Amino acid sequence: MNLDYFQLIDRIVDLNLGERTIVVEAQVPEKHTIFEGHFPGFPIMPGVLLTEAMAQSSGWLLLGVLKFERMPFLAIVKEAKMRGFVSPGQLLTIEAKVEHEGSGFAVTKAKGRIGKELKCSAEITFGLTPFPDPAFRVHMDAMAEKIGFPMQVLKHD
Amino acid sequence: MSSTFDQIANIIAETCDIPRDTIKPESHAIDDLGIDSLDFLDIAFAIDKAFGIKMPLEKWTQEVNDGKATTEQYFVLKNLADRIDELVAAKNAGTGA
Repeated sequence: MNLDYFQLIDRIVDLNLGERTIVVEAQVPEKHTIFEGHFPGFPIMPGVLLTEAMAQSSGWLLLGVLKFERMPFLAIVKEAKMRGFVSPGQLLTIEAKVEHEGSGFAVTKAKGRIGKELKCSAEITFGLTPFPDPAFRVHMDAMAEKIGFPMQVLKHD
Repeated sequence: MSSTFDQIANIIAETCDIPRDTIKPESHAIDDLGIDSLDFLDIAFAIDKAFGIKMPLEKWTQEVNDGKATTEQYFVLKNLADRIDELVAAKNAGTGA
């Protein structure tokens, strides 16, 4: 995780466009100023960041489904549940699947675990729009490479 | 089995917290009920799921923006119900929705 840049996903472990699923890993840093305030003596990942991590995981899945032709923007978060604490240094594994592909929007369900223990879940809706700026698309391509997005699956879908 | 309009009205009432008895076939989803685009995403998801279709919202919006259709054709609820019935019929006929 690069919390300063709001880049929460480190690695794509699996992307299955046929099943419309993704698995990613997100390494929670050992130290960050966020943990100094949240909370003193009891550092835990804020629920909003866990929600954002689930949204980013879903976003990468949708980028694959959409073949990077549109960008998913977060629109609605439902049933966001923080089921347990996530601490500095832990490895968060997030699974997401596409629940519905609508016209101009998509809905995913995501779950975050530490080991086998379920820590968070949510149903997330995205608006799907063309990339508003070519530089943004270039940035997403670079990010995709950084986190190991398997570009070859786009050619075989 | 409830009518298409009734199903839509129930979805809108539940999704947008609008009293069910204020939702009429003549109601315009935007102008009369005040449903915004974000709430309409939620409604579209619920309608798509309930009827097993994919409402072509982007196509409809484009037609309105191009002046080829009016918002009334798609967003007055009795008309929306007709559009949904057409989509369901097309799906059942195997021509895709």
